[in-house]
Amino acid sequence: MSADFLLELRCEEIPARMQAKASEDLARLFSDRLAEAGLKAGKLTSYATPRRLALIAHDLPVATQTVSEEFKGPRTSAPPQALEGFLRKTGLTQDQLEDRDGVWFAVVEKPGRATANVLAEAIPAIVRAFPWPKSMRWGDASLSTESLRWVRPLQGVVALLGEEIVPFEIEGIAADRVTAGHRFHFEGRVAITSAATYAQQLRAAHVIVDQAERRVIIEARANALAAEAGLELIPDAGLVAENAGLTEWPVPLLGRFDPAFLEVPPEVIQLTLRINQKYFVLRDKAGALANAFICTANIEAKDGGAAIVAGNGKVLAARLSDARFFWEQDKKTRLEDHARKLARITFHEKLGTVADKVERVAKLARWLVEQGIVQGADADQAEQAARLAKADLVTEMVGEFPELQGLMGGYYARAEGLPDAVADAIRDHYKPVGQGDEVPTAPVTVAVSLADKLDTLRSFFAIDEKPTGSRDPFALRRAALGCIQLVTTNGLRLPIAEGDLLDFFADRLKVQQREAGVRHDLIDAVFALGGEDDLVRLLARVKALQSFVGTDDGANLLAGYKRAANILKKENWEGERVPMATPDSQGIAQTGEEDPLVALDDAAVAGALQDHASGRPAYALEPAEAALLDALDAAEPRADAANAAEDFEGAMAALATLRAPIDAFFESVTVNDADPAKRGCRLNMLTRIRAAVNKVADFSRIEG
Amino acid sequence: MQDIASAPLSFQQLILTLHDYWAAQGCVILQPFDMEVGAGTFHPATTLRALGPDSWNCAYVQPSRRPTDGRYGENPNRLQHYYQYQVIMKPSPPDLQELYLGSLKAIGIDPLVHDIRFVEDDWESPTLGAWGLGWEVWCDGMEVTQFTYFQQMGGFDCKPVAGELTYGLERLAMYIQGVDRYHDLRFNDAVGNRPAVTYGEVFLANEQQMSKWNFEVADTEKLFRWFKDCEAEYEACVAADVPLAAYEQAIKASHVFNLLQARGVISVQERASYMGRVRDMAKGSCEAWMKINGWAA
Repeated sequence: MSADFLLELRCEEIPARMQAKASEDLARLFSDRLAEAGLKAGKLTSYATPRRLALIAHDLPVATQTVSEEFKGPRTSAPPQALEGFLRKTGLTQDQLEDRDGVWFAVVEKPGRATANVLAEAIPAIVRAFPWPKSMRWGDASLSTESLRWVRPLQGVVALLGEEIVPFEIEGIAADRVTAGHRFHFEGRVAITSAATYAQQLRAAHVIVDQAERRVIIEARANALAAEAGLELIPDAGLVAENAGLTEWPVPLLGRFDPAFLEVPPEVIQLTLRINQKYFVLRDKAGALANAFICTANIEAKDGGAAIVAGNGKVLAARLSDARFFWEQDKKTRLEDHARKLARITFHEKLGTVADKVERVAKLARWLVEQGIVQGADADQAEQAARLAKADLVTEMVGEFPELQGLMGGYYARAEGLPDAVADAIRDHYKPVGQGDEVPTAPVTVAVSLADKLDTLRSFFAIDEKPTGSRDPFALRRAALGCIQLVTTNGLRLPIAEGDLLDFFADRLKVQQREAGVRHDLIDAVFALGGEDDLVRLLARVKALQSFVGTDDGANLLAGYKRAANILKKENWEGERVPMATPDSQGIAQTGEEDPLVALDDAAVAGALQDHASGRPAYALEPAEAALLDALDAAEPRADAANAAEDFEGAMAALATLRAPIDAFFESVTVNDADPAKRGCRLNMLTRIRAAVNKVADFSRIEG
Repeated sequence: MQDIASAPLSFQQLILTLHDYWAAQGCVILQPFDMEVGAGTFHPATTLRALGPDSWNCAYVQPSRRPTDGRYGENPNRLQHYYQYQVIMKPSPPDLQELYLGSLKAIGIDPLVHDIRFVEDDWESPTLGAWGLGWEVWCDGMEVTQFTYFQQMGGFDCKPVAGELTYGLERLAMYIQGVDRYHDLRFNDAVGNRPAVTYGEVFLANEQQMSKWNFEVADTEKLFRWFKDCEAEYEACVAADVPLAAYEQAIKASHVFNLLQARGVISVQERASYMGRVRDMAKGSCEAWMKINGWAA
C-alpha cells in the first residue's frame, strides 16, 4: 500500500534568490530523514513560490517494513541471574527463547511503523534545522531567543498523506489541510484534498505553484509583448527566475519611457531597469536599446494594468532623470578636475590616497611603454590614461552605480574629446576581472591595466598585506591572475616580480594552468627549475614539455631519464668524482677531503680530468657507451643553444635524440661494472643525461 | 473603499488617515520626537522601546533630516528634511502584513489595481547596532514602505521581536496625488474661501536655506566641538544612570556627524571612526537602558 504525501510550508515572502536552494534543501532533507526510517518515495516534486515551499512525495509506502532482530543470550548452563537479565533486556519470557546448541537466542520482531508517524516526527525536525542563509524570530514566541527560526514568519503547514492530515505541531502551528490562495485575488482559505489536487486547487485560487511554469509564462508573455511592439526582448534568465520568485500569478506588462532618456549611456539605463526595478530590457530591430520596459506584476489588474504601467513608468522616469542629471552634471567637469578629488580618498591607510596610487600607476604605465615591454603604445597616452583612469570614482554616476566604474570614465573621456586609445584604456583598465573575462589587447589599455594591477600587488606586498587562506580582502589573487592573463595574452616580456611576490605569481600561475587543464606535474617540473620571473618563457617551457611528453620520444626519454636517475640515487652518485685511468685502474682513494688543487698536481689525476673534460674515459668503450657519449656530445650543445634561444621544442627535440642511445646503453652495458673506473664513467654518463634533461624541466617531477 | 484616482488624499489627510487606522489597531499615537534625527527609527519610542519584554504598540510621524540629501529645493524627489510615518508593534503580531495592507487600502490603494509586492530588503543600522529582516514594499515598482522584523537593537537580541513599518510620506503622497514634484503636493484641501496650500509653499524656503547652511555655512569647527561635547555629556549621563538623556546625546552626535559629512570635512577613514563613536554611544545607551530596567541581555 502506498500513498502520496503533500507538504506545504507557508510563510511571509521568501526572498526570490533563496527559493531554488530552499526547495532543493527541503527535498534532500526529506529524503534523508525518510531513508533513515527505511522509506523511499517513488518520486519527489518540489515547488517554491514567494509564499510557500511545497513538496510532493509520490508513492510513499504507508508503513515501514517489519524487521526482526536476533539477540544472542547467555549459555543455557549460565546462572539464572544471567537469564533473568537477558529476559529483561529483550522483554520476552523464557518460553519465547530458542535453545541453539546450549545458547539462548531471542528473536525480537520490530513491527513496521505507520509512515504518518515517521512524518510527524521528521517534518518538525526538518523545519527546526532548516539551513536558511539568514533566518529570524518573530511574534510572541520570540520572547525566547530559542524560539523557532525561519526565513520570515511561518504561517501555516499543510501535511497530507493520501487524504489524511499527518498530525504534528511546530511551535504552535498545527499541520492542517488548509492554506491560503493568492494574496489579493483570493479571499478565504483553500482546503486541500490531497497531493493530486494540490496544484490544481491552488491554480483555482490564483496561485501557480510550479516555479518552472511561472518562468515559462513570464518568458513567453514578455517575448510576445516585445514582438507586438516590434521589439526584441534582451534575454535574461536570471531576471526571469527572479520575477518568478516574486510572483504567484505573474503578469508581464509593457511600458514606455521618454526617448529623450536614451541619450544617457545604454549601460546606465539597463542597470536602472534590471537591477533597481527588475524590468526586462528591449531593443529595436537594429539592436539599439528601445525606450520600453517590461515589468512583471503579480495581479490581473481590474483596469488591465494601466495604473501599474503608469506607476512603474513614473518610478522609472524619476530614476532615469536622476541618471541623466548625474550624466550631465559629471560631464560639466573635466576628468582631470575630477581626478584632483582623488587626493581626498584613502586607498589604504599605509599606502596613501588614491591620488598617490594614480601617480605610481602613471609612472609605471609610462615605463612599461618606454622600455618596449608594451609595444605599439604612445607613452604620453599611457600616462594620461593612467592619470584619468580612476577619476570617475568621484563622479555622481559611479557613486550611484559603482559597477559602472571604468565604463563611465570611458564615456566621459570621449565626451570631452580625448583620443579613443585613452578613452578605451580608461574604460577597460579594470579588465580582466577574473577568469573568463575579456583580456585587453589594445596597447595603451594593456599598459594601464598591467600597471594598475602590478602596483596594487607590489604595494600590498610591501606592507605585508598578503592573502592568507580564504582571506584576500584586497583581491590580490584576482590582480595577480589579471597580470598573468595580460602578460601571456599579449606576450609581454618583463621580470614580473621578485621574492615573495614572485612566489605568489608562481602559485597563481599554477592554479591558472591547472584550471586550463595542464597536468600539475608538468607545471611543477618547470617551476622546480626556480627563479624564472619571465612568465612568457615559463609558459613556453610548459607548453613544449606538455607536447613533448605526449610523444613516444618524450615518453621513452622520460623512462630512460627515470632509470638513470634511479640508479644515481641508488648509488648515491653525485657525479663529482673523477674516475681514474691509472694503469692499475685503482683510481684515487676518495675521502672527500682532498684538496682538488693538490690532485691537479698529480699527472695521473690531471690526465683523468683531461679525459673527463673531453668526455672520453681512458678504457676501451663498449659500442653502446661510445654511441651514448657521441649522442650526448651532439645533443648537449644543441639543447643549450635552443634553450638560450627559448626554442624549447628545439631543446626537447635535441634531447629526444638521446632516446635510442640511452635505450641501447641500458640494453647492453652494465653500469655497475667491477672496474670502479668503468663504473664511475658510466655513472657520470647517467649524470650527464640527467643534467641535460633537467635544463629543460625537472623530469623527476613528471609522473609516469 | 475609493481608489486614489477618484479622491486623492492631501498630505495632511494621509497622515490623519494613518493615525486613525493605527490608533484603531491599538497603537499609541505619539507626536514627533523633538530632536534632529535621520530616520523615525531613532525616536526613543522605537530604539529603546524595541528592547525589553513588555508589549509596545505605537505610531507617529517623524520629521527626518539627512543633510547630504539636500538639493536646494531643486530636485523633484530629494529633500534634506522630510517625513516618515513610523509604526512599531511589539511583539510582532501574526497578521502584521495584513494590518499593513489594510493601511494601504485605508489611504486609497486598491491592491487589485496596484501591484503590491514584498521585495527582500534586510535592514541594518550600523550606528544603532541594529538589524532586522524584512522587505521594501513596492507599489507599482516604487518603494513605499520599509517593513522590518527587528532582531537586534543596540547590539542586544530583541526579546520579543518588534515589527517596524516606515512609510515614506512624501513619496507615498506624490504617488497618491499623481504629482511629479514634491513641491506640487497638496498639503491640505481648500475649505470655503481658504485655499489649499502646497508642500512647496510650506517647505521650499526651508529646503533652500537649510541646504545652504548644511553644505556651505555650518561652522565645522563648532560642529567638531559639539560632537566632542555630546560625547562628554553622554559619558556623564551614563555615569548618572539617566540612559534616556544619554541616548539624546547619541542622537545629537549622530546629527552633528551627518552635518560634518555634508560639509565634506570627514575623510573616508575618519568616517568609519566617527560612525564607530556614534555606535558606541547608541549601544552604551541601550545597555544602560537595559540595566536600569533590570532586563537581561
